[in-house]
Formats: sequence, structure tokens, C-alpha cells
Amino acid sequence: MNEQDTTHPGSEVAPPSEHGTAVRLDQGHVVGDGGLPERFTNPGLPAHVARMADLDESAARRAEKQVATLFGISILGTLAFIVCYFAISLETTIFVPGIGETSASNFALGVTMALGLLGIGFGAVHWAKTLMPDEEVVEERHPMRASDESRQQVVETLKEGGASSQITRRPMIKYTLGGALGLFALPLVLQVAGSLGPMPQKSNSKTFWNGGPSGPGQDPTFKPLRLMRDPENTPIKAEDVTIGSVFHVMPEGLLPDPVTGTGGTPNLLEEKAKAAVLLMRLDENIIKSQKQRDWGYDGIVAYSKICTHVGCPVGLYEQQTHHLLCPCHQSTFDVTQDAKVIFGPAKRALPQLQITVDGEGYLVSAAPFHEAVGPSFWERGR
Amino acid sequence: MSTDTTARPADALREGDTPAQAPPSGAARRIGGLAGWVDDRTGAAKPVGYLMKKVFPDHWSFMLGEIAMYSMIICLLTGAFLTFWFIPSAGQTVYDGSFVPLRGVSMSEAYASTLNISFDIKGGLIIRQIHHWAALMFIVALVVHMFRVFFTGAFRKPREINWVIGSVLALLAIIEGFAGYSLPDDLLSGTGLRAMAGFVQTAPVIGSYLVFAIFGGPFPGEMIIPRLYSAHILLIPAILIGLFTAHIGLVFVQKHTQFPGPGRTNENVVGYPVMPVYAAKAGGFFFIVFGIIAMMAATVQINPVWAYGPYDPSPVTAGSQPDWYMGFADGALRLLPGWLEVTAFGFTLSLNIMPGALILLPAVYLLLGAYPFVERWVTGDTREHHLLQRPRNAPVRTGIGMAAITAYSVLLFASGNDIMAIKLGMSINDLTQFFRIGFFVLPPIMFWVTKRICLSLQRRDRDTVLHGRETGTIVRTPDGRFFERHETSTELTPEQWILVQHEPVAPIEIEPNVDENGVERKAHRKDRRRARWSRFYFADAVNPVTPAELAAAQHHGAEHEAIEPSASGGARSIESSSTGEAAAAAEVESGEPAGRH
Repeated sequence: MNEQDTTHPGSEVAPPSEHGTAVRLDQGHVVGDGGLPERFTNPGLPAHVARMADLDESAARRAEKQVATLFGISILGTLAFIVCYFAISLETTIFVPGIGETSASNFALGVTMALGLLGIGFGAVHWAKTLMPDEEVVEERHPMRASDESRQQVVETLKEGGASSQITRRPMIKYTLGGALGLFALPLVLQVAGSLGPMPQKSNSKTFWNGGPSGPGQDPTFKPLRLMRDPENTPIKAEDVTIGSVFHVMPEGLLPDPVTGTGGTPNLLEEKAKAAVLLMRLDENIIKSQKQRDWGYDGIVAYSKICTHVGCPVGLYEQQTHHLLCPCHQSTFDVTQDAKVIFGPAKRALPQLQITVDGEGYLVSAAPFHEAVGPSFWERGR
Repeated sequence: MSTDTTARPADALREGDTPAQAPPSGAARRIGGLAGWVDDRTGAAKPVGYLMKKVFPDHWSFMLGEIAMYSMIICLLTGAFLTFWFIPSAGQTVYDGSFVPLRGVSMSEAYASTLNISFDIKGGLIIRQIHHWAALMFIVALVVHMFRVFFTGAFRKPREINWVIGSVLALLAIIEGFAGYSLPDDLLSGTGLRAMAGFVQTAPVIGSYLVFAIFGGPFPGEMIIPRLYSAHILLIPAILIGLFTAHIGLVFVQKHTQFPGPGRTNENVVGYPVMPVYAAKAGGFFFIVFGIIAMMAATVQINPVWAYGPYDPSPVTAGSQPDWYMGFADGALRLLPGWLEVTAFGFTLSLNIMPGALILLPAVYLLLGAYPFVERWVTGDTREHHLLQRPRNAPVRTGIGMAAITAYSVLLFASGNDIMAIKLGMSINDLTQFFRIGFFVLPPIMFWVTKRICLSLQRRDRDTVLHGRETGTIVRTPDGRFFERHETSTELTPEQWILVQHEPVAPIEIEPNVDENGVERKAHRKDRRRARWSRFYFADAVNPVTPAELAAAQHHGAEHEAIEPSASGGARSIESSSTGEAAAAAEVESGEPAGRH
């Protein structure tokens, strides 16, 4: 095998022990005590067993017909695909047992294409198995490593090349070349890393509830915003919120008109991703936190809908227990305990939005969120 | 000139010479002419001739890598088709295609064009479904191929480089998959991107900047779809194809490994040449894989994006799940408890998210890529290995592999805890707790069980060689005892070669701590550590039967015979008899458990 082969401690060869001296297959067999070899000898390739088709011409002809049938199925499948492509309209549906009502075009095109492919595949494999030679061939292996001379030659060439280029004798070239090669990629890295996106600034800690658009560089000043139904974009009166009901809420001015699709904030999805709020009414007596009661209105409380784990919308509200569950990773928040985490991977409670009612009896925000909504980030406490 | 009157071919030197070959047909001459034209200009005949004669060994498990390769090619083919219709833009548009429920809805152009591919392009849906199924098949086949390579020790020298390349390919494949299924910009994939933004945001110090860099501003922005598109159809495929070419090229250069068997040695390859057998089988198999995927695409719906609706950051669908290969990372996020998040000096470190979201993925593939080097350090084995190992003959490695698969599976199942809770009517909290504990408890149990099974199978192999095959014939002795007759032979039969072909192993011994002058050796502690690991791997090794042991077993007749090599202490003993007449039987006693060295 390899030239570098020596017996290594712990290699997969038994050390000299009660078994005698270690022997490997490639080293031939040492006759040990009692005239027996240390290892069994490889019995060599078994004799070739001829197949039916090798011995019997009629079996071979049968195999030929089978292969030809499979290739024929492929031809038919391909032709059927072409017919189906033109004949079946995209609107047609058919009932297929086991699948149900499905697109006729998709089903027919897929099945005919599959027949066209499988016919070739099974035909070729069957051909190889029945008619092509099945006698195994032996090919020798050689060690991967190049010969010592070749290795030596590479080293010599490198050395000579280095010497003839004079790099070893001229350190100024060596060091400046190293420096230049070490630095040349920096402009490319800087360009891509520097220009991919803007700095977030404080925008992760602000939402539309701060008074308006809250992207990077925007600094809205607070004004009370009505709580609007999503997607109807209509304000909510306190008496509309009955116990057990839950409203998906966006701040006034964020959503476009649901009919005309006009208006709303320019960066709609970006603002929605931070401003989404859930509005619920609880019996005031079961609310355990005084702050929660104070920030709500008559048992109506508003919480950020964005999970404090990785930011999925907290979509499931359990009316009986007043638990909110995030469907992504099952963080569970208890609304009777100021939406604190009672199970799952989130750490922080959902931030509460302080609300009140305006002169017309509509629910409005009384203050922006007091902390960053959504998933954690390094500087969120700053 | 010859006076012979009978015609002689021009190339025959003597009378009676027959032409060496029948003259080629016109078609063959034309092909030959074209090949000759190419060869005149490239000299390709030599390498092509070499490749066509190359021998590949046959085994069903060698087709796993082929399935992965073919699925990848199918992805490339169908993916190129999809680019003709897909619009990689997050710009908003109002849908007016033929899917009635979404008409008039405002959505991104990416989502609208995906709907068009599904409903308005003839055959578009079948191409899309083939693309998605082939991607899933690609990663399944790749993972199972990796299991095969791991459990048979095919990663050993000289194939460590290819193992590392394969690990990188596996990691790239799942990133490619994630980028791909995020492109349609439907509610489900958008929720996945939302979670991804949340993961990235937890990176210490630079998290929120990173999110803004990836999304080109605040989430979701309009940059992410074109950027994912560039990554999905250009950057990652380019690296995938480059690495894949190196992967397959190394297989050609190093020649494929083979399973041990009569006539198969570490110095040869036994199998079928490329022309014609392997070409027909492998080529045919491509069509079979493609055909099966096409059949799946025709009959089994995958990723019905029209049912989810366009992405909007405020709604969500229950049972949100990533594609299966991202499941383990998602499962880890479900299991990590919230109290791991720490805050100090106003800075937040989300240890409840980072390990699953940012560390797990690279860590898994780093450990994977490092394994051959760890094992090589333990065994100190520097030889080339071209013969595969039966998994039972490497019990500790097999155990480690099974433990790793168990840990992975716990995470994968954990990512379906909500579905399980609903389908099985169980508490999601109990399930989560079970998985949390299971992640730590189940892998060691699996390791132990696997190792014991491997050792038992090895002992059974020894038993088969030493005491013959159980015939199922029960013999009753005159004094009333029952025996099962074993078929024995004094010579090893060719079928039994597989049971004795592997190399005996033993843990390394610690060399003396002090040299002859009484000076402590420097490498002493390192050696001790290595010896400890070597003991962990090889201490209770069951080695193959030697000719001497077989001779002894045959010779001693009815005497007690150890299945274990002689060194083992309280070895399970089997009473056996030789080919004698009356007591031609063996009685298996319920002996003590096998002794450990």
C-alpha cells in the first residue's frame, strides 16, 4: 500500500499481543504458531453465474421485447404529453381517486411526462441487467500520493522559481507585494458591506404610534392616534369592544383606504411590521397588574402583536384563559398578567400600548410604546 | 508483384489474410469522422477512452449520491424554466390573473408572478412542483448519502477532502432551499423571513445593522426578494456546481470505494465498466429519478402558495412550518427556554435565540466536517482505506452517528410540536418539555443501545464462523436434553469471508511516562488523553475469528468454546460439539454477560 506505512500505535492493527504479531492483508500472511496464518485469506472472486439470457436465445429475445416495450411506453408518454398540452385547458379540473379534485392539465402533463421519463429509465436499466455483460471487471488501485521524485521536483521548481524571480533576495518587493495583495480586496468588501443598507439609527425602538412614519432618520413627535380596525381602517368605540372579543389594530394614518387603496403611509409593510396591535377587553377584576389596568381603559387593553421572540405576529388568542400564543415557536403570553411569558422561548412580555378615549368616544393612544417592540437586539435597552 | 489471380484486399500483406475487422457502416464512419475531427484538435480520445473503461462497483447504497446529483440537475433545469416567468420584485401590484379568490388583492410582483406560473402558464405548475419536489428530494438524498458515507467509514483517508466538500455542499443546499422557498413572497415564506430577520437581529453588537444590510433597510423592505433571487439562481448555484464538480471529480480520481467481499480488496475495484453497463444503469437511473419526481409533482401538491395569500407582517397562519431541512433549527428555537436571554448595562444578549438561530447551523456542519480528523487522531491510522466497513465493525462510530441522528431528530420533531399537539391531542407544553429533556437524554441512550447491538452482531458473526449455521433441526439426546444441530465446516466458506475480513483492533497502550533517565516525557498528558479516547473507541472491541480460533473450535469438539477472543474474561460461552455422531449439537447456555476488558 503506502510507502509511509508503518505500524502505528492504535492503528486498526492489533498490537503484538496474545494474537501474535500484527498482520495486514497487504503484507501477505505470516505463518504463526501451529502453522496457521494470522488472518484468513481472501477467497477471490466467485465464479460467474450465467443468466437466462446468456444461455437461452429465446430468453434474450424476451428481454429484448421487454426493453423495447418500455422504450415504446416512453414514446407514447411523450406523444401524449404533446396532445395533453394542446388539448386540456388550464381551467379544467378532474376527480382523481386518492387525490380529489385537481387540475386536469397539471395531472395529465405530469403523468405523461413521468411515463416518457420512466420508460427510458426502466428500459435502460432492464437492458443493462438482462443483456449487457454482467461479468465483473477488476481494476487495480494505486496509492494516491505521487512518487517521491515528483514531490521533490515540485519543491525544486518552486525553489528555483522563487530564486530566479529574486523574491527571496529582495525583501522590499516581498513585503510590499504581501501588503498590496492583503489590501486589494478591501474596496470591494467596503463597497458591498457599506452600501447594502442604511444604518438603523433609532428606528428599531420607534413605531408609527410615536406619531407617524418611524423609519431610519425619521423622528416623529407624539400625537394621540386613533386605534383603527385592520383592514377596514375604521376607528373603534370603547363600547364596541366586548369581553372576549379581539381586534387587530393599526394606528390612524397608517392604512390605505380599503376601497380605493389610496392614502396610508408610504412604507406600509415596514410600518405594519412594528405597529400591529391586539386590542382585547377583560373583566377588570381578573387583571392582576395595576399598571396594566391604568394603561388600559375600562378593562380594554392594547398589546403589541409582534412577538418578543423573533417577531412573528402573535396570532392566537384563547378567550377563556386570555392567553396569547405565537404560532411560530409557541411562546405563550398571559394577558391577565400584563402579557408576561408563561411558556415558550420568548423572554419579555409583549409591550403594552397606553390607551384612552378621545372626545368622540373613540379609543386613542395615550403614549407611544414605552420600549422597543418585537425581537431583542443588542442595543434595545439603550 | 504477385502472380496470384485471386483478389486480395489492399491491406492484406499475405495471401489468405482476412481483414481485421468488418468495414464500418456508413453511420459509424460518419461518427468516427466527427470524433476524429474533434480528437485531431483536442486529443480527447485518450481521456475519453480511459473514462469509458473506468470501473464502478455496484451497491444499492451507492445510488443515494446519484439521486442527490440527479435531483440537483433537475432543479437546475426546472429552475432555469421558472426564471422565464418569475418576476423577482417586491414592488406592489394588483392581481388580475385567473385565480379568482385573490383577484383585486394588492400583492408583490413576485407573488403575482408565482400565481401566474401556477394558474396561467400552461405546464407552469408542473415545472414549479417538480422544482420543489426535486429540491426536497435533493436534500433528503444528500443527507442519506452522508449517512451511508459516515457509517461505512468511506470518509477515511484519502477521502477526507471529499467529506469536507460534501459537508459544505450539504450546508449550501439547505441555504439554497431556504432562499428558494422564500422567493414567492407568500404569507408562509414571508413569516419565515420575518423569523430570519429576528434571528439575525440577535447577533451581538451588529445585529440590527446586519438586518438593515440584508433587507436594505427596515424589514421587510423591497430589496430582499431581488437579493434572495440573486443568491438563489446565481451565487449559491455557482458555488454548489463548482464544489459538486470537485466532489465528483475526486470520486473519479480516487476511484469509488467498495464493500468487502470475495475478490474485493483494498487494492482493486470490482464492478462494471462505464461502457456500456454503468452508463446504461446510471443514465437510466437519471430518467427514473426524474420520472418519479414528475409523478410526485403530478399527484402530490407541494407548497400551494395561493392558499396562504400575499405576505403581510401582521397576520399569520397557524401551524407555520419551514421546509423539512430547516426544521431542526426551528425546533431548537422552540426548545430554548426564554430565561436564557440576559441583559446587562442596557445591552441584550439573546441566548434563547442565538444558539438555535446563528450557532447551530454552522456548528452542526463544522462538527460534521471535523469528524474524519477526530477519528484519525484517535486511531492514528495513516493508511488509505478503499474497502468500506460494515457499520457493526465500527461500533463506537456507529453509536456516535446514531446519537447525532437522534439529537437531530429530536430537534426536527420539536419543530412539529404544535402539529403533534393538535393531531395527538396532547399538551404542547408537555411535548416541549419532553423534547427538552429528550435532547440531552436520548442521544446517550441511543449511543449505548447502538453500540451494544453492534457488538452483539459482531459476536453473532464470530459464532456463525466458529460454530456453524443454525439448521433449525432439533436433536434429542438419549438422556433427554435438546440441542439444535449446527452446520459446521472446518474450512471457511467463501460466504463467510465477509464475517472475518475486517481488521482486528485494539486500544493504544500508554507509553512509559518517564524516559530511561527518569525525566518525564512532555507529550505525556496528550498521550494519556489519546489513550483514553482510544479505549473509548476500542476497549471492548470484538475482533474477527482467526484461523487458529476456528481450528481450535473445530478441534476441541464438545468442549466449551469462547465466542470472545481468548483475552476476554467471563465470556459468554457456548457449548458446542464437532461433527461427531451422537452429540452433533450445540447447546447455548445462558452464560454471564460478556466480560469487558
